[in-house]
Parts: sequence; C-alpha cells; structure tokens
Amino acid sequence: MFEAIQIRRTIAGRHLLDDVSLSIQNRERLAIVGPTGSGKTLLLRALAWLDPLEHGEIRWQGTTVQGNSVPAFRSQVMYLHQRPALMETTVEESLRRPFTLRSQQHRSFSRDRILELLKQVHHDATFLERSTRDLSGGEAQIVALLRAIQLEPTLLLLDEPTAALDDASTRSIEQLVLGWHDAPHADRALVWVSHNSQQVARIANQVAYMRDGRLTEQPGAADDPAEQP
Amino acid sequence: MKYVELTLVDVGLAAGLIIVNSVISIVLGLKLGRSLLLASIRTILQLLLIGMILDSVFAIDRWYAVAGLLLVMTITAGVAAVGRTERRYPGVYFDSIVAIWASSWIVAAYAMLAIMREVEPWYQPQYAIPLVGMILGNALNGISLGLNRLGEQLTTHRDQVEALLTMGATRGEAARDSIRQAVQTGMVPIINSMMVVGIVSLPGMMTGQLLSGVSPMQAVRYQIVIMFVIAAATALGTVGVVLLGYRRLFNEQHQFRSDLLSRS
Repeated sequence: MFEAIQIRRTIAGRHLLDDVSLSIQNRERLAIVGPTGSGKTLLLRALAWLDPLEHGEIRWQGTTVQGNSVPAFRSQVMYLHQRPALMETTVEESLRRPFTLRSQQHRSFSRDRILELLKQVHHDATFLERSTRDLSGGEAQIVALLRAIQLEPTLLLLDEPTAALDDASTRSIEQLVLGWHDAPHADRALVWVSHNSQQVARIANQVAYMRDGRLTEQPGAADDPAEQP
Repeated sequence: MKYVELTLVDVGLAAGLIIVNSVISIVLGLKLGRSLLLASIRTILQLLLIGMILDSVFAIDRWYAVAGLLLVMTITAGVAAVGRTERRYPGVYFDSIVAIWASSWIVAAYAMLAIMREVEPWYQPQYAIPLVGMILGNALNGISLGLNRLGEQLTTHRDQVEALLTMGATRGEAARDSIRQAVQTGMVPIINSMMVVGIVSLPGMMTGQLLSGVSPMQAVRYQIVIMFVIAAATALGTVGVVLLGYRRLFNEQHQFRSDLLSRS
C-alpha cells in the first residue's frame, strides 16, 4: 500500500538519504534501527513527504503523492514527532483541533472514544481538562498519539516516540499503538524508529537497518535483535 | 500669513544646539562624541543632498524624473524593511521591495488620481514626492514588523506548524495563525497613531503645512487624507509581504521549509 522509490535527500553535498527504496504492506510493523545520524528521522520525514527530495517518489495506494493530494495523503499516513508538539490549551481542545482541518472534516471528535483509549492508559475524564503546559513528557506524548490515532490513519510513522520516556509511559504508548494497529477490519501498518532492541522485539514484525543514509539490509524477522548504536 | 525663509546662518544656529548633546555626553561620560559628530554631519549632508535632488526633479518637472526618484526611495525602503528583521529567507529582499512598491504606489495613485484629482499634472513633484515618501516611511514600518513576526512565529511554533501538516493540514491551514499574528503586528503602529493623532502629537506634515502658512483646517484635511492613505498602504504592504513570505516558506507540496529561515 505504501512505496518509497529511490528517495534521495542531499544537504551541503552529502547524501543523507541515498536512493532508499522501501515498501510497506498492510499489517506490517516495521522497525527501523541504526546509529544516531544514520538518517532514520530524515527517512521517516521523507516518507511523510515533509521535506523536499532531490530524487525519488512516494507512492500511496498506487498513486504518486504530490501537490494537492498531499493533505489527504497525510491524513492517512501520519508522522509522530519524537518531541510532542501541542498548543498551549486544554488536552481536550488539543484533541479537537485536527477536526477543524479540511482533510478531517468528514470525521468528528468522539469524547467517548477518547475516554475509552485514556482508560487503557489509566487516565480518566479529568485528564481532558488539564492544561497541555502542565503535562509530563510521557503524558504529552500520549496526547499527541491520541490526537493522531483518533483520526484513524492507515499508516503511522513513529519517530522514537518513547526515547525520553520512563518505562510506564513507554508501555502506555506501545499499548495504544498496538491497540490501534490490531483493530479488526481496517488497513493498518506502522513504521517505528527505535534504539531499543527489546522494544523492537515487542512491537515489530519486520526490521530494517539504516546506515549512512542507506537501508543496508532488507527487512528481516523481528526476533533478529536490533543492533544497539 | 507671511512665510519666513531661513538663511544658512539660521541653520547654523540650530546646528549649534548639538552642543547640548555634547555637554551631556561629556558630563555623563557617555563617550558619544564620535557618534554625535557623525550623526550631525550625516543629518546635514543627507538633507542637503535630498534638497539638491528635489530641486533638480522639481526643475525637470517630468513624470520620469519623479518616477525615477520614487523608485529609488521605494527600493531603499524595501531594503531597509528587511534590515530590521531577525530572521530572513532567500528572496526576502525581493518580497519586501515588491510589497512596498505595489502597496505604496497603488494607494498613492488612488490618492493622486481620485482624491487630489485637481493636481495638474498628476505627477506634480510637489505633491507626489512627499505623499509617496510619507506612505513609504509608514509602510516600511508595517512590512518590517510583519516580516519579523512571521519569521519569529514560524520559528517558535515550528513543531506545532509541522504537527498540523502531519495530520493533513494544507499549508494555508498550517500557517494561518502565524500569518494572522504577523499581519496584526504590522498594523498595530498605524492603528495606534490614528488613535492619538492630534492629541498626543501633531503629525509632521500638518506641522510643516502650518509652518508654511496653510490654514489649520486645510492642514487638518490633508492630514486626515494622509492618515487613511498611510493606513491602507500599510495594511496592503503588510498583508502582501506576509503572504509572499508564506509562499516561499511553504511550498506547493505542503512542506514547511523551516530550513530556509536563518538568523540575520
């Protein structure tokens, strides 16, 4: 359902992404591992079509992503930053914000659905009234994740979403993501950049290795532990 | 009313007032002597120079001479507007010059052709040059503040802008808040001026007209016209430059080119 074909990103004459090709199928949970500076974040951003590329194309459901089709594409293929970016408002307002976007107007905010998801990570309705300014890093990331998955994307691109979080928050994030992924009767896939081999084993069914802007090996089995940087 | 002409001796007497500044600088040890000297020389030279240029443009009295001078003033204003911004992007000078040129000249044309329609010929330098000069001075301020705020907003809220894009926002939706803030910031000074004009200060043009013997009510009418003309040009210029900046920083692929923004 998703294909990146020979994508290349060059900054100051250096190929930070060097003709990377990648395809993702329905139900795939792909972990991308590799040392710091190997181009994992740039790759994920490129997959979400957030940065201009020197070469290559992104194909979604068989069609090249470009121009006016980009917002609709991104409403299906969502990138989640390592650092959650929330407006200074209440959690509920922050969760309602994406429904004002044109590409999301066919959807509507469901408080019940959010409360159900919050319950899974041990929060109740009072959480919705809190100011985003007062949230811990883990809580902010939960809000950013909920904001994305309530929109029912088909493909999630997660850029080390638990890198700075404690164990409990990490498990909550993983639980929410896998819960979203395993929803029946829906096309779902995810790409998760991680430095943590145990996490890779927990969440991925495919692993790809990134080095010097290249995917150095074809995705293998998840039980092949990722190398630590 | 009699108009009193100033001689060079009179000007020299005024220039002598710089002694006040010099004494303050020496007494308080401000070490501003050099700057004061330079500022005084520049004030005299720059004004004498523009006086000579205006004299020749008035003497030539042709549309192309007026347009040529106005073009130089416009480009200078466009460059100066960028000079006060903290974050810049490739093409910012072009955008600033285009915005200040289009807004000032369109509004000035309206003023000359529709409001002051009795001026013959329409490009008469006595009217066109001061009018455009005043418009440029104020539009420059709005453009500069608007551009600066746009860069600052987009830098500070970069992650939030991108977060909106990642959820399917169009580039317009992602930039809307920053654009609004920037335009608002650019328009605040002229709105403030309009609020207090005549109460806190007598504007320069009105003062000048009073000094040259024009009746107060005529001077006031001119000032009212000029305030609205300036407000319109500032609004157009600010919106223009902010939208041009937005088009450069958000491409047609709905990508935010934050990498193009750099500190000046």
